[in-house]
Amino acid sequence: MKWKTEDGGWSPYLAGALVGVLAIVSVYATTQWMGKTNYLGASTTFVRAAGLLERTVVPDRVAANEYFSKEKVRIDWQFMLVLGIFFGALIASTTDKSFKLESVPPTWQERFGPSIGKRAVGAFLGGIVAMLGARMADGCPSGHGLSGMMQLSVSSFIALAMFFGTGVVVAGCLYKRRGS
Amino acid sequence: MSIDQLLGLITGILFGFFLQKGRVVRFDKQVGAMLLKDMTIVKFMLSAILVGMVGIQLLADASIIALSHKAMNLGGILVGGALFGCGWAVTGFCPGTSLGALGEGRWHAVFAIAGMVVGATVYAECYPFFKSTILAWKNFGKIGLAEVFGISPWLIIPIFWAGIIWLFVWFERKNL
Repeated sequence: MKWKTEDGGWSPYLAGALVGVLAIVSVYATTQWMGKTNYLGASTTFVRAAGLLERTVVPDRVAANEYFSKEKVRIDWQFMLVLGIFFGALIASTTDKSFKLESVPPTWQERFGPSIGKRAVGAFLGGIVAMLGARMADGCPSGHGLSGMMQLSVSSFIALAMFFGTGVVVAGCLYKRRGS
Repeated sequence: MSIDQLLGLITGILFGFFLQKGRVVRFDKQVGAMLLKDMTIVKFMLSAILVGMVGIQLLADASIIALSHKAMNLGGILVGGALFGCGWAVTGFCPGTSLGALGEGRWHAVFAIAGMVVGATVYAECYPFFKSTILAWKNFGKIGLAEVFGISPWLIIPIFWAGIIWLFVWFERKNL
């Protein structure tokens, strides 16, 4: 087993294990310093971002919304964590030269061609559906997939199986060329 | 910046760093796993879970932290999980990795992020409807695997480890 990949990345086993350590340190640190155990997650932040944006246009509507009130529209620990992911990936990729401007990913291009417009529409619509699902399931591959699985939560086992199972079926239909 | 926000930012930077180093944030790795051709993200996730579950269970046993299961809401998990899978296959990013993909220059992730913000708005606006329909089917509450089987989590963890290590060996043999 190699610790480095051909393009200078780290073995996914190593990088993943380090995220496991980070998750442990993070639950400990949040409990100590914030008085409440916080688990790694990402999708609730999109609700808060949506609320912050909608509030600039229709503040009363956001204030009256049951879901926004429940999730509390504010820039909290998780919001900063999600922003941090951007900076962490930026630092990692620019220091090992894996940073690359990409408008259409290879797998997509093979099936749907080099059109940026098509990719943009796909990414946008897919993003809408994915987030609707993540909020309905109350978690994404971070909240359910990592944090929930680490706690042996029943809901997370089933959610992760649904995420991946449906993803396999849909990706299989979508990206495999007919006849191959 | 408050201590909460600072702590979140530092945790997020490390999280994003490891995600990018593991090469799991990009579209081709995410879709590669769904096409069962490249198991990088599966290896990454399961490795994180194996390590994390031991530490978190130890801290919970020592009453240093509190476990926080997400509710086993049947409709939410099944319908939401399936919707997520459909959208994930098309957009090629999950909420966390979309920001990471943007960070490593895969700028088409902005369309995915914009879609996710719109999706969150739609969900918030339609929440009363979902609450009275899909989310109202059956809620088993915040349950853990150990309570359901009535056994110690320390019996489940070694079984889980053994199963996953076996899977890793199989991945390496098949060059996945």
